[in-house]
Amino acid sequence: MPLLEIRNLSVDFATSSGQFRAVDGIDLSVDKGELLAIVGESGSGKSVSMLAMMGLLPWTATITADVMSFDGHDLRALGPRQRRRIVGKDMAMIFQEPMSSLNPCFTTGFQIKEALRLHLGLDRKARHRRAVELFEMVGIPAPEDRLKVFPHQMSGGMNQRVMIAMAIACGPKLLIADEPTTALDVTIQAQILDLLTGLQRDSGMALILITHDMGVVAETAERVSVQYAGQKVEEQKVADLFETPHHPYTAALLAALPERATSRHLPTIPGVVPGQFDRPRGCLFSPRCKFADDRCKAEPPAPAGSGLGLARCHYPLNARSEVSA
Amino acid sequence: MLKFILSRLLTFLPTFFGVTLISFAFIRLLPGDPITVLAGERGISAERHAELMTEFGFDQPMLIQYWDYLKGVVQGDLGQSLVTKKPVWDEFFTLFPATLELSICAIIFAVALGLPAGVIAAVNRGKFFDRLLMSSALVGYSMPIFWWALLLIIAFSGWLGWTPVSGRISLMYYFDSGTGFMLIDSLRSGQDGAFWSAVHHLILPTIVLGTIPLAVIARQTRSAMLEVLSEDYIRTARAKGLAPFRVNGVHALRNALIPVITVIGLSVGTLLAGAILTETIFSWPGIGKWMVDSIFRRDYPVVQGGLLLIAVMVMIVNLIVDMLYGFINPKIRKR
Repeated sequence: MPLLEIRNLSVDFATSSGQFRAVDGIDLSVDKGELLAIVGESGSGKSVSMLAMMGLLPWTATITADVMSFDGHDLRALGPRQRRRIVGKDMAMIFQEPMSSLNPCFTTGFQIKEALRLHLGLDRKARHRRAVELFEMVGIPAPEDRLKVFPHQMSGGMNQRVMIAMAIACGPKLLIADEPTTALDVTIQAQILDLLTGLQRDSGMALILITHDMGVVAETAERVSVQYAGQKVEEQKVADLFETPHHPYTAALLAALPERATSRHLPTIPGVVPGQFDRPRGCLFSPRCKFADDRCKAEPPAPAGSGLGLARCHYPLNARSEVSA
Repeated sequence: MLKFILSRLLTFLPTFFGVTLISFAFIRLLPGDPITVLAGERGISAERHAELMTEFGFDQPMLIQYWDYLKGVVQGDLGQSLVTKKPVWDEFFTLFPATLELSICAIIFAVALGLPAGVIAAVNRGKFFDRLLMSSALVGYSMPIFWWALLLIIAFSGWLGWTPVSGRISLMYYFDSGTGFMLIDSLRSGQDGAFWSAVHHLILPTIVLGTIPLAVIARQTRSAMLEVLSEDYIRTARAKGLAPFRVNGVHALRNALIPVITVIGLSVGTLLAGAILTETIFSWPGIGKWMVDSIFRRDYPVVQGGLLLIAVMVMIVNLIVDMLYGFINPKIRKR
């Protein structure tokens, strides 16, 4: 049984101009100790689906799913109190902006020990010992001193390490990293990714890495789920995905990697992810797809078989069995 | 920290001298003069009037008068009342504790109710409680304070008979005022019921004086909380599995306190200076009533000195507020 299983998850936001569907029928499963990457542009519903699972969305969000289970718990049936016993302990999350994700009014020590007291009920001394240990684990030099400082007195990279230490404080079974390196310098990015994958390997926790960087995916993940405009458009093992992408969107993302560029100019995907008002009737990617025809514009495609990476496309690429029309 | 306080005190100097100039000029801009007022309805002959004006030095050019006044101020001499002949300094510190006591009670009342109300309203944004609270805050803020006071007196003193109508303590009790704070003095007197009588007398003035600050604090807390609640670190706090009470009451409130402290500071300033209506309605012997009486009497030294001392008090409160900022949010702290 997978550690996390989500089937047909949808999230709608009530806005002043009507309902907006941010996540549209996502399926997702993560095994114990697995590293799954979720890729997609901004606005493709990557973060929202994970926030929905953590129960962190505002009250304007309506969440529906056929299955939403984590470690034997049905997340849909849990009350807020029971969910809080899981969230922050067995299921933890780190975010994009380390500088604004830590509370400026409290020391890092206060913020990390808070979780230790809540979930593990450690006493004062044990909390301090564990906090020092965690800071050492995430590579924070002089941990004793760093426990006493405020977030604004440290760099973004250090703050992200503090966030990671906080997230793994109670030994989670699943860590969700929501674009953990986007706000950081390139050199620091690599360090943080190494740290995350190292922790995942050593502790055996599962890791969901949300990113829009295909390069990061190639280096770290085992399996990739590609999302577009709230839908999962493809899912494959990393090597297979890079080898034979089936959805035109995946292919376009890969083509935009600098290493793969064949001309002097980096290829781009023209246009932007559709929003609330310009959602196409047919395939959501059709306005930007260079292969799209009338059928794509009229009729939304269903996911293809697992042999084709579950690609949501009428005409999957690299399909051996059928000739693309 | 010491350096910070000293530098702030230095910026007080221009304000300080500005207040002396304005208070000096404004009271003299009013028609009439102290001699005429002192003479009363029977009037006074023109010769005697001129004689007295010379005696008090009011015939001197304005600049000379101001210079003489300033010389006194920098030596700590605020002059003496033209009416009572007592030093302004003494009169102020006899009456100030009454105002301070009332102001402190009013601000405690306003903070104790306004802060939680604002937090609860923000957390339940758009729901019934939020609307109820914010519309009552608007009413409280816009209501004329004397009218509110009269309503409360009619209800609680008239119909229900729960509270006294005016004064600081029942006439049954008498003791020397040691500190000037009735609550403390009544306790020290050891007389049965004296303390409760003082508390009883404080209730209505506290509510009346505290209503506007209460409304302002509640609204400010709500809007500051709404802003803070959408911050990333609130999401982090919730992602830890913390209970809503802790997320809102600790993580969010601490950050929302900065603007709230600012309005609390401003309220304290206006309370100290502006308890005039409340003090008049409840016959509360504080500096508000004292100032109004002095203006009517054209008691120049009292008006000048009183305004100056009130300004100094407000500046001190502002200094404390500035120091609190750094205490609450270390990011603002001077490094």
